[in-house]
Amino acid sequence: MSACFPTRPSADENPVDFGEFVRSRGGRGSIVAQPRMGFSDPNRMREGLIATKKADAHTVGTLTLDSYTRVGDHEAADTALREGLALNGYPIVNHPVETTQWVLDGIRDDEFPVQVRHGSATPLNIFASMVALNLNATEGGPVSYCLPYGRVPLQDSVRNWSQCCEMFTQLQSRGIEPHLETFGGCMMGQLCPPSMLVAISVLEALFFANHGLRSVSVSYAQQTNLDQDIEAVQALRALCAELLPTDNWHVVIYTYMGMYPTTDHGCENLLGSAAQLAVATGAERVIVKTVAESRRIPTIAENVQALEHAHNSTRVVRPEIGRSRELADSQTYQEARALVMAVLNLHSDLGQALLLAFKQGYLDVPYCLHPDNAGRSRSYIDADGWLRWGEVGSLPLGHLVPRTRSRRITSSGLLDDLSYVRRKYDEEPSTRVEVGV
Amino acid sequence: MSAQIFEDSNTTSTSGRGTVVVSGVASDAHTWNLVFLQLMIEELGYDVVNLGPCVPAELLVAECEQHKPALVVISSVNGHGYQDGLRLIDEVRASSELVATPVVIGGKLGIAGSLDEGASDRLVSAGFDAVFEDGARTVLSFYDFMAGLPSAATPLAARTKVSV
Ligand code: B12
Repeated sequence: MSACFPTRPSADENPVDFGEFVRSRGGRGSIVAQPRMGFSDPNRMREGLIATKKADAHTVGTLTLDSYTRVGDHEAADTALREGLALNGYPIVNHPVETTQWVLDGIRDDEFPVQVRHGSATPLNIFASMVALNLNATEGGPVSYCLPYGRVPLQDSVRNWSQCCEMFTQLQSRGIEPHLETFGGCMMGQLCPPSMLVAISVLEALFFANHGLRSVSVSYAQQTNLDQDIEAVQALRALCAELLPTDNWHVVIYTYMGMYPTTDHGCENLLGSAAQLAVATGAERVIVKTVAESRRIPTIAENVQALEHAHNSTRVVRPEIGRSRELADSQTYQEARALVMAVLNLHSDLGQALLLAFKQGYLDVPYCLHPDNAGRSRSYIDADGWLRWGEVGSLPLGHLVPRTRSRRITSSGLLDDLSYVRRKYDEEPSTRVEVGV
Repeated sequence: MSAQIFEDSNTTSTSGRGTVVVSGVASDAHTWNLVFLQLMIEELGYDVVNLGPCVPAELLVAECEQHKPALVVISSVNGHGYQDGLRLIDEVRASSELVATPVVIGGKLGIAGSLDEGASDRLVSAGFDAVFEDGARTVLSFYDFMAGLPSAATPLAARTKVSV
């Protein structure tokens, strides 16, 4: 944490607006770094937050929730806690409110807001816990927390997320600004063409705004090629500026969310490249990944190292990408805009429009097994490493995407595409990027 | 969620070696592992019923009773595979129709890297026929296991080519 901002007293009663905080610290070449950190043991969770706060970077804290809490199986979480079996995240619904208050006590303050990250299509209990704890920042969305996260019907997710947005905005009457981040920029983690990620991120931000949220952020997950990613984030910014009814929004970059490199140099260079993507596009916040990503839940120390590495990578002088121009009319922008507009035109209620869009295949996520996804679109990585549409199914992109020959999918072909980024970064010579001033 | 993922994959023709059920565990949302396993097992000449992610034990049991598979492949990578696996194998083995069905589990089964030996032994004594923890040779040892199944003796139609 930087010490150069005036500190206000600890604000457990009225936490700061997460969005406002990030916008004041990140952007214009600097980033707010954030871990994906969650432990079931409250002591360890508290230590993790302290270490994040103390890291040599501008940081915000995270409570990442475990899979049982995500799917609403609080009984299984309870069994694990009683039997001393560690979970893959923090079970916020099972731990008593006082326990979580203790975890946050004296750590969460105006200089260190904390966000809850989950991944639930049935998040009513999670939102109830957050509201009880004055935890006013989280992420998700009716589409992005449904299709990649299990078998809850999309219709139920849309209804649940509408209710949760309404519950969350009740914080406004207590003088607390709730913040929601879209997870739409990360459908399936990998192999989803950027225009679809941008479109779903924008649509979910609009969904939040329509439900009364005034402080939002839009995500974009790093994909296979830096130039394409820069184009995508510019498209995301342009569409948000055009369509969002609030100025209180920012962009968050997720460090690669697919099969991660296995070598330390590969992991670090990939993370560094995510930070550079943020700098090149003026993105305000970066969620980091650690050297343990390909294997297991990372330790606190590995998380701190990743936060600091991301921070240091923003100081690397790379003028060729720093000078990125406004790519206002790029292919990615046109595709994303066509998708967004086609969905908005389907129904005046955005929740209904999203349901219709998936039914009609206007939105269709490659390789997504969810029954409400049409499953007729395909992607591939081209010779330059750009992620392209192989098949568009019923996507309203026929006029923008050239027809290609469809490829038969084999297990080894799929694994080749999935491990493209891993291979590229693991193979690269382990030259450490020179850190400039 | 059902067997047919890709219209263009080779799921359409019946391959002759029988059916393999591929399934995630109750708390696990990951699907790339399931898609990969489905393709790989189809390439070995089986029909695959892919139950998808977050499969409750009751659903798994019902599907297995219906399909009478030559093998059940459980995959989990979210770190809860050990806990969820123990729960589900109890329910599978409690069904009189599934007492002898081969059932294997694999992936990243704990949150701290590979399970200790005691834990993977417990999975076996609870009723799994084999445990395939993620590692450099996982897929190859799975091929060996598949080659030893009674159904592997059935000759295949010539079109199937296995690529690793
Ligand atoms: C993509 C991804 C996601 C996507 C998944 C989208 C989807 N629907 O599939 C999203 C972003 C949604 C996601 C969410 C989560 N994820 Co995730 N995810 C990944 C990631 C980055 C890549 C996985 C992947 O695509 N693999 C491709 C397939 C082909 O490979 P594979 O899964 O490793 O399977 C191989 C082998 O394991 C083996 N195998 C697997 N099963 C079986 C079974 C048998 C019988 C055999 C023989 C072999 C076998 O075969 C495959 C080929 O070799 C991994 C990290 C990584 N690997 O880099 C984390 C990872 C798997 N996720 C993880 C976690 C914890 C989660 C979350 C709980 C969030 C969190 N707390 O961080 C949620 C899941 C919520 C839930 N309810 O489960 C952890 C698991 C930790 C652990 N086991 O210790 C990982 C390892 C990241 C990490 N280090 O923290 N995730």
